[in-house]
Amino acid sequence: MKTSVSTLALVAALALPGAAFAQDKNVKIGVLDDMSGLYADVGGQGSILAAQMAIEDSGMAAKGWKIDMISADHQNKPDVGVNISRQWADQEKVDGIFGVLTSSVALAVNGVAKEKNVVYMNSGAATSDLTNAACSPNTVHWTYDTYLLANGTGKAVVKAGGDSWFFLTADYAFGQALERDTTAVITANGGKVLGSVRHPLNSSDFSSFLLQAQASKAKIIGLANAGGDTMNAIKQASEFGITGSGQKLAALLLFSSDVHSLGLKMTQGLQFTETFYWDLNDGTRAFSKRFSDRMKNKNEPTMVQAGIYASIIHYLKALDAMGSNPHDGVKVVDKMKSMPTDDPLFGKGEIQPNGRTIHPGYLFEVKKPEESKYPWDYYKLIATIPANEAFTPLAQSTCPLLKK
Amino acid sequence: MFNISTQALFAQLLVGLINGSFYALLSLGLAVIFGMLNIINFAHGAVYMMGAFCAYFLLNVFDINYWVALILAPLLIGGLGMALERTMLQRLAGLDHLYGLLLTFGLALIIQGVFQNYFGSSGLPYAIPQQLTGGQNLGFMFLPNYRAWVVVFSLTVCLATWFAIEKTKLGAYLRAATENPALVRAFGVNVPRMITLTYGFGVGLAALAGVLSAPINQVRPLMGADLIIVVFAVVVIGGMGSIMGSIVTGFALGILEGLTKYFYPEASNTVVFVIMALVLMVKPNGLFGRA
Repeated sequence: MKTSVSTLALVAALALPGAAFAQDKNVKIGVLDDMSGLYADVGGQGSILAAQMAIEDSGMAAKGWKIDMISADHQNKPDVGVNISRQWADQEKVDGIFGVLTSSVALAVNGVAKEKNVVYMNSGAATSDLTNAACSPNTVHWTYDTYLLANGTGKAVVKAGGDSWFFLTADYAFGQALERDTTAVITANGGKVLGSVRHPLNSSDFSSFLLQAQASKAKIIGLANAGGDTMNAIKQASEFGITGSGQKLAALLLFSSDVHSLGLKMTQGLQFTETFYWDLNDGTRAFSKRFSDRMKNKNEPTMVQAGIYASIIHYLKALDAMGSNPHDGVKVVDKMKSMPTDDPLFGKGEIQPNGRTIHPGYLFEVKKPEESKYPWDYYKLIATIPANEAFTPLAQSTCPLLKK
Repeated sequence: MFNISTQALFAQLLVGLINGSFYALLSLGLAVIFGMLNIINFAHGAVYMMGAFCAYFLLNVFDINYWVALILAPLLIGGLGMALERTMLQRLAGLDHLYGLLLTFGLALIIQGVFQNYFGSSGLPYAIPQQLTGGQNLGFMFLPNYRAWVVVFSLTVCLATWFAIEKTKLGAYLRAATENPALVRAFGVNVPRMITLTYGFGVGLAALAGVLSAPINQVRPLMGADLIIVVFAVVVIGGMGSIMGSIVTGFALGILEGLTKYFYPEASNTVVFVIMALVLMVKPNGLFGRA
């Protein structure tokens, strides 16, 4: 706490000479995401659109606010992400960084946001470290995390009899966190993990890894990866007859864009956890209709894009309540934590002291091709996980902010 | 980790061989283009991707099946390559390698960007042709029929190409034209046309690999970009421009990568480059390169 107070004082001293008490209603938002790589359909252009829609829907312009937005591609590289966010904070005077898929980049940007005292609302990265060991007074983690995925999908699969697992894990911060969190859930529920193989990010061939998973005789092959990696693994598992021979796949992180791309024939029956689905209720449908109309490829929004929309809405609400922009990340995040979150996409929730936004999670199953009645009709809702069970209980969080 | 069974070993060797056949087909195209034209064709990955997309569109727009696409897509993309050679690459003849490299690299970025703009990054599905679904239980592994087909087919294409260039009269003309174009011209051979056709052929090989891979991977705009660097390493290890070298190293590195995926999966993306560094240290011209 001591450091953040001194940083605060320093920032105040530097940033507020002269026109300190004039009402400053200028805001600059930066959307930093994978715009061109294997996660670009999960975030990418849709993230920028979601941010634009949030700015328009917030009604802030009518209240005299001027909101600018810039965006950039972090290419899934932590060093690129760090450079861009530094430049944004120093030269572009960005107040808040939004999006940031890919856990390794997300953790790196987390440090910059704290150092430069800007708001950092992550929607897209999975690692639960963002609100545990790596938590920061500048950071809010929206949408989902590995704890939710492990508890949603992992628990459901073990309870349905899938008590022995073998992991195919993406070899970086995200995959490792997901494997760790899911392993904890499996063992807590009486299952066991027989082994795992760590594959490099963005692998095109999974046959070698799948054969190892097959040889393990585990009932469940847990895919602790995402995007293109998950899709290739699912496709090749079916090709190598793995899914036909009694072993089942558990895709721990699956997005609607993945299901759309692979098709229902390949994905039917997969169970996974998300916090947003475009066809969940009237609120999500109304938003998604407006969204897909404006998308070039007419894609429905993913939960990551929805999270960017919702987090910017909440951010702007907080600024509006403060009356003027203090250009002080910690101050704005504290304000956001003091206000309940409420939007049509994620419903009611709150931001916990460790920066974790909590809202309900949903266990979905991919429909069979014959069950799908209209375009993008992909998911069946299996179970709803209440907000207070979906994320790490505060008592278990290792976030240093919680120790006063 | 090291308690390997022979079963698992066989399975990994076979899987490596399958991946090796893609490396071999792609590096063969690169080797032909470099060996005969002295162009470092960085657009090779983009061409491979276009081959896959071409197969997708032939199937979904024109209802033309996989087997026809296997012939048609390389012809179409090869034609496109020839147009490219005539309009752009030909102007760089005689200049430093670097110009060709930069031009083709730029083209690759443009092509990938355009495809990504229209098709996103997750890609489009392409089903395995009906005749090749299912697979054989070999005892030590389940071998999908399609993968078996890929190995046999690409090996055939590779050997046929090697034979055509190294053992036929046409191939002799081609090699002579690389050594001394003026002399070959004096014998009445249309060298510029031969060069255009060769570039078209090399590009066609990449497109063919693209069609072959469409049912295995998603048809994605970045599928070539992910692969091309490895393929370049294969060419360098085999020896720039060596036809047999690129075939043998393609398959060999596929197998080596497969084994790495088993023993130390974390390194499977880098093992090829480690080998490249080692080979360059000992034999700078590559394993099969001529000094």
